[in-house]
Amino acid sequence: MTEPRRAPENPTMEMTSNKEILRRIEYTGDMLLNMGPQHPSTHGVINFLVQTDGEVMKRAIPEVGYLHRSIEKIGEKCTYNGFMPYTDRVDYIAAMFANQGWAMAVERLLGVEVPKRAEYCRVIACELNRISSHLISVGTMAMDVGAVTPFPYALREREFINDLLEELCGARLTYNYLRIGGVAFDLPEGYADKVITFVDHFEKILVEFNRLITNNEIFVQRLAGLAPIPREMAIDYCLVGPNLRASGVHFDVRKDLPYSIYPALQFEVPVGRGERGALGDAWDRFSVRVEEMRQSCRILRQCIAQIPKGETMAKVPRKIKFTEGLEAYSRIESARGDMQYYVVAGGGENAYRVKVRTGSFTAMGIIDHLSRGLMIADLVALIASLDVVAPEIDR
Amino acid sequence: MTPEEIQQSLAAKFGDAVGPLQPANKDPWIEVKPAALREVCAHLKTDPQLRFDCLMNLSAVDWPKQNQIHVVYHLYSYAQRHAFILKVKLDRASPTVASLEPVWKSADWLEREQFDLLGVTFEGHPDLRRIMLPDDWVGNPLRKDYAEQPQYHQISTTRESPLDGFIRLDEMKKRAAAKQEEEKAKAAPPPAPPPTSAATATGAEAPAPKKELPQ
Repeated sequence: MTEPRRAPENPTMEMTSNKEILRRIEYTGDMLLNMGPQHPSTHGVINFLVQTDGEVMKRAIPEVGYLHRSIEKIGEKCTYNGFMPYTDRVDYIAAMFANQGWAMAVERLLGVEVPKRAEYCRVIACELNRISSHLISVGTMAMDVGAVTPFPYALREREFINDLLEELCGARLTYNYLRIGGVAFDLPEGYADKVITFVDHFEKILVEFNRLITNNEIFVQRLAGLAPIPREMAIDYCLVGPNLRASGVHFDVRKDLPYSIYPALQFEVPVGRGERGALGDAWDRFSVRVEEMRQSCRILRQCIAQIPKGETMAKVPRKIKFTEGLEAYSRIESARGDMQYYVVAGGGENAYRVKVRTGSFTAMGIIDHLSRGLMIADLVALIASLDVVAPEIDR
Repeated sequence: MTPEEIQQSLAAKFGDAVGPLQPANKDPWIEVKPAALREVCAHLKTDPQLRFDCLMNLSAVDWPKQNQIHVVYHLYSYAQRHAFILKVKLDRASPTVASLEPVWKSADWLEREQFDLLGVTFEGHPDLRRIMLPDDWVGNPLRKDYAEQPQYHQISTTRESPLDGFIRLDEMKKRAAAKQEEEKAKAAPPPAPPPTSAATATGAEAPAPKKELPQ
């Protein structure tokens, strides 16, 4: 009772379809494994076609798209303000950054200057979100290589941040906190004390966390020297954020293309040094994230100390309209690296084209290359160390 | 280097293949002829002054009015810390351009995405196949004239809005009222030539005139 399949529009597509790949692999006599789409250690719905000879992989081909929700198409259908809740769904673990990227892109089109207090609110929210996102990342990475204990430890701390963000904007995951031209709510009363209390507590926990897992000899031996990404390769494949910095590239959008109030803040950019194994190995990627959490704590302390009084929303027209073809590009440092929005304005109240470039998408592109010659168990560690989030790949 | 300097150095080397800088927008960009794209990009990557070692973003924009598809390349140089934007304008009927995968590896997946969603063919790409959508999906969703198929493998691609029920209750009342009116009109004797009394009586009993409910 199956309908006859329509002929594909493009003949080249048939030639290189997934089935064709499977057939080619079958000819070689190697074993073919489907890892995913529902697999606990792929961090979401991703499929890996793994071609193996025993325990050693010849190749792992990532198949993505299971979570494609056509967010870019939705961006063309709704107004500039109306798209803000959808950006939360680009990366649900670090939704605040997706908010900020969109807000900054439209603010560039508008030429609006955001009030200082709103900028501080944004940075406080974003850095809290960065810590919570990195906690998920390092926790699940430890769990994926077999250490279950650190995961609940990381999630316990994340709960405090969830509570803080809930108090700020009413949501624990998809915040929809930022607005074009400012933020939705000012900091609640007594919020500064709560953030400082959390940071005091968390900095102690980080020391404990390092003792428990980062410098744990078993953990280090498991990850040191695993799937190192050399500097040139990381740039060529366009890795961003912690993955790029682990390979020794000193680049952070907050420092090098400063936006918001980051020029006024003191912090360091942690870079991988290959202390335990090769430069840019899985352990470097792990330790860079842990160090980034400490830097976020520093930023939070400074923000709380410096935050001025004033407005939290700029004067923004109720109906945002641009001339057709006007375009803007925004780059921000998300938890998963350089997140970029490319917006082309339409004639009316909608955007003509929205393109979201995310860190996970390019990070997935490198797995095919890196997986050659790795053990199957190392693939799990590799995926975890790149910190890919499935909805961010597919959008 | 500033975008002006980059454009001047490119124009000096490639002549007409490189267009003038378009500073009217927020980010200045230049147009490159499709035939010269690979050469220009290889030069951008290897020239010691330019050294664009990373292709950050690749997007395509469909312009049915101009019958064109624009492919936009956002480049960045980690060595020199400068950025630049190239645009290639392609014919909408058969958008084909050389693949940049041999120049920058990140173009591999970025080009596959645009091939999938906008149907731009990148010649020389080693593995050009759909990435987000299934292999047998029909059409390229980010084209402006895209029409979704009603079914995919006998799965409907549309669904009723859950709010339809609320509208229907109103609609039902409206219809019932209309039906009553109709029946009354039928039951009533045909209006006599001087319709003064009968018409006014039915007019008073009839419900308010039909209003289009906002849906």
